[in-house]
Amino acid sequence: MARSDVQLMLGVKAGDDASFELLLAKYRTPLVHFLFRMVRDAATAEDLAQEVFLRVYRARKKYAPSAKFTTWLFRIATNLALNSIRDSRNEKMGISIDGPAGSGSGAGRSSENDQPRMDVPDKRPGLVERMMERDRAAVIKRAILALPEKQRAAVLLHKYHDLDYDEIASILDCSESALKSLLFRAYETLRIELAPLVAGKD
Amino acid sequence: MNCERFETRLIAYMDGRATAAERGEVELHLVACSECRARVEEFRRLWGVLDETPAHEVSPAFDARLRARIAAEPRVSLLGWLLPQPRLALAMSLLLAMGVWIGIRQPAGGPLAQNEVARAEEEFKMINDLPVLEDLDVLANFEALSEVPPVQKPVQQKM
Repeated sequence: MARSDVQLMLGVKAGDDASFELLLAKYRTPLVHFLFRMVRDAATAEDLAQEVFLRVYRARKKYAPSAKFTTWLFRIATNLALNSIRDSRNEKMGISIDGPAGSGSGAGRSSENDQPRMDVPDKRPGLVERMMERDRAAVIKRAILALPEKQRAAVLLHKYHDLDYDEIASILDCSESALKSLLFRAYETLRIELAPLVAGKD
Repeated sequence: MNCERFETRLIAYMDGRATAAERGEVELHLVACSECRARVEEFRRLWGVLDETPAHEVSPAFDARLRARIAAEPRVSLLGWLLPQPRLALAMSLLLAMGVWIGIRQPAGGPLAQNEVARAEEEFKMINDLPVLEDLDVLANFEALSEVPPVQKPVQQKM
């Protein structure tokens, strides 16, 4: 019988390593995906995801379930991501000359030099199709990254993580109605930004 | 329902999370307003496009790196639970060790004991001044200890 997230976390609190492993297995991928779409590069995303788990682990002794576990988890992740983005913006002067994403979080990068390494699932299309796919994916990613960070977080949490409005509102520290306005504005921006792709979609 | 009101209902409507009343209002508006109808259609297509975003594959070393970071976390010692201040805990544990050592050395408590105790006190003062206790990096890592509530007052912490 599968234990709930809260039960697992209470297990971690009691010192059970296996419970922590189960939470890690369950949320490692969703967290990395969320953070990858929030920040500029994969290395930072993984670094931040580990930081989320580290903080969960550190807080285990005083854990008292008062919200859904996912709300707590994604709140930590969102705050770390927002901090990283703002740090990165403040370090705008540090332009990375080398191609691949460097180590450490918060390092500044010029968007011109940043060539995102896209891990596109290999469906064995031809080279041209793969290049076009990569372009489309890059265009979509750029559009999402161009959103103001709070809108970006709202879209990602809503679109990819199936959280309730009250959860997302709690994570972003706003009312539910404010959240829905935020989402509407964000999707409206994306709709315009991605118009050529949206028009071609069946 | 005008278009502005519609906008605030649209997301919930498309998610299938609108109330029955809201759904009714929205659908009535859609019948009458071609712009909003187009908007709904475009949002649906947009959501399809957004599904194309590839996700980063978590690197194989992720878990190992995390475990290394966790292993580097300071352990909570018994004294850490009794004395929330790490500096004091460190000094106390050293004093304790010294006391044990003295006790082993002078079981009968003879004339030498006085000197030993005086020496121990002096050394304790010295230890208090040791640079290691001023090392803010070390103290900064005692986050876990500083979160321990005082023994007499168990506090209900909310997450």
